[in-house]
Amino acid sequence: MSTSLGGITLAGPVMVAAGCGGTGRELAGYSGPAGLSAYGAFVTRTLTRDPRPGGPAPRLLESPAGLLHATGLPNPGLDLFLATELPWLVQQGARVVVSVAGRSLGEYAEIARRLASAPGVAAIEVNLSAPDAVVAGVLDAREPFHAGGAIAAVLRELPRGLPVLAKLRPDLQRVVETARVARDSGAAAVVVGNALPAAMPDGRPAGLSGPAIGPLALRCVTEVRAALPGLQVVGAGDIATAADARAHLRAGATAVQVGSALLHDPTAAARIVRELADDPAVAATSDPSSDPTPDPTSDPTYDPTSDPTSDPTPAPGDRP
Amino acid sequence: MSPTAPVPPATQPGRQSPPQGPVHTTAEVLATKRVGAYQHLTLLAPGVAERFRPGTFLAASVGTLGDHLLGRRALWIHQVRPVGGHGLALQVVVEPVGRGTGWLAGLRPGARLPVTGPLGRPFALPKEPVATVLVGEGYAAAPLFPLAERLRERGCAVSLVVGAADEPRLLSALEARRSARSVVVVTGDGSVGVRGRVGDVVPETLRRAGAEVVYAAGPAATLHAVALAAEEHGAWSQVALEQPLTCATGLCHGCPVPVVGEDGVARTARACVDGPVLRGDRVRWDDLDLDLDRRPGPDRDLPGPVGGAW
Repeated sequence: MSTSLGGITLAGPVMVAAGCGGTGRELAGYSGPAGLSAYGAFVTRTLTRDPRPGGPAPRLLESPAGLLHATGLPNPGLDLFLATELPWLVQQGARVVVSVAGRSLGEYAEIARRLASAPGVAAIEVNLSAPDAVVAGVLDAREPFHAGGAIAAVLRELPRGLPVLAKLRPDLQRVVETARVARDSGAAAVVVGNALPAAMPDGRPAGLSGPAIGPLALRCVTEVRAALPGLQVVGAGDIATAADARAHLRAGATAVQVGSALLHDPTAAARIVRELADDPAVAATSDPSSDPTPDPTSDPTYDPTSDPTSDPTPAPGDRP
Repeated sequence: MSPTAPVPPATQPGRQSPPQGPVHTTAEVLATKRVGAYQHLTLLAPGVAERFRPGTFLAASVGTLGDHLLGRRALWIHQVRPVGGHGLALQVVVEPVGRGTGWLAGLRPGARLPVTGPLGRPFALPKEPVATVLVGEGYAAAPLFPLAERLRERGCAVSLVVGAADEPRLLSALEARRSARSVVVVTGDGSVGVRGRVGDVVPETLRRAGAEVVYAAGPAATLHAVALAAEEHGAWSQVALEQPLTCATGLCHGCPVPVVGEDGVARTARACVDGPVLRGDRVRWDDLDLDLDRRPGPDRDLPGPVGGAW
């Protein structure tokens, strides 16, 4: 069962969401005999140009039906990641999607230039929706044009065929407009969504993830698919069981990302992979040939020249 | 659910090695016993006990559907013993103070719960039979008992300092007398042993024991005192640090510990995978929030630190 996302081929529709798989090493042991290659893709925690120690503790708290998190995007910085973590992930057979965030469009371009020549990067996910963006010091795409600018800045530096995914907030008021602009700026797909902005009990900006946001994310996926049928969508938000994954795939998502469920049960994503693999209905859904044909006329702003899914060039890290 | 044993893809199949790394499995409660302020749970968790080394811990999923307690509760492993007809069983210590730990303490024999373990880096054992001092406060003293056993097997002299706020929170003081050459008991209210703080008696204990290695588990402030005393005495210290954990497996980056690397560079370690046991001289104590493990409100059952205090 393979899945075609943004012109690249994934082993299946189940991805590990950014920030919920550690560095990969911690997750590998819970992934079954295939290790990290069991997943459609492993999305890294969000990397920034410079190393970030992250925010103060407590960084995560339980909330009714959810987890609150204010991690402050801790990461070793792009260079150290490229030198140490990426080669290991590639060697493990993981399809690596690198999640990135920048403080400015210039920094986004700089990040993209370094990634453009890194072997083994399957795709780039631009984190436009960090729920504590202001604290983390990264660009917060509050307006759709912010998202468009960041996507365009990244794409300009990349070789053709290396797809860019835009990770958007599951905010129904904005998600369709932002997805449209992201697509028009060249995003190969959108990931809907990230945590919702929330607050820690002490008032610090935080994100809310988990069961609390599942139905909201599903609604957003449905709306984006309806408004922009030519745009591939990756569903994220409380994907904790195979049933959750099926709901998103039925709503038109091409793939799903498993996030906070892994923090409760590190085997959750591997179990969903196994259960979907045995499900012929999902196998049919994820067949790219059964994907609804984009209908340009249904979307007045549709620009065929900006549709990266029409570009058949394989990604540099794309193995047959 | 069958146990999911991690299979590092890089290992060569066919080469036999002792089982390593944590497993995610379903544990069964074999027995549960109230001892003072703590509930001692005996769990059958296939694969976990075989991999146990003192200082590693167990993460438990708590609550039933609808409770929505998404964080794991991290529990010190107090004992690994064969139980007739069952193989090896684990004993963990729970202080019921919040929703999750209260739920754990209320489990009856036969109850099942998902667990992951053993997690984290264990205490490093000395190669030579040297004199050691073990310092434990509250329920966190739990991992020192199996550690004392391993140290004695290696011919190490073991002196023990056990402390708590009061007698009900003093863990296994009787058992301590069996495990160690000398035992100092300290309570905050003076109900048993010396009245005072655990850290107060450590310098003198180190001197008397001629200790070369100090092992400690307890609140961060106590560990800081132990690390300082060890440095002054000229001993190595190994401290098992409690930080609030959420996933306990290294995935969430939610348990930062400020440390200094071998190269002198300041870094942020994760208490769950880089710890819980760290060298005392590697922790940047001044940058660590020493009160973090004492801050919880009674109405909010945070994802607990190791030991499940919250």
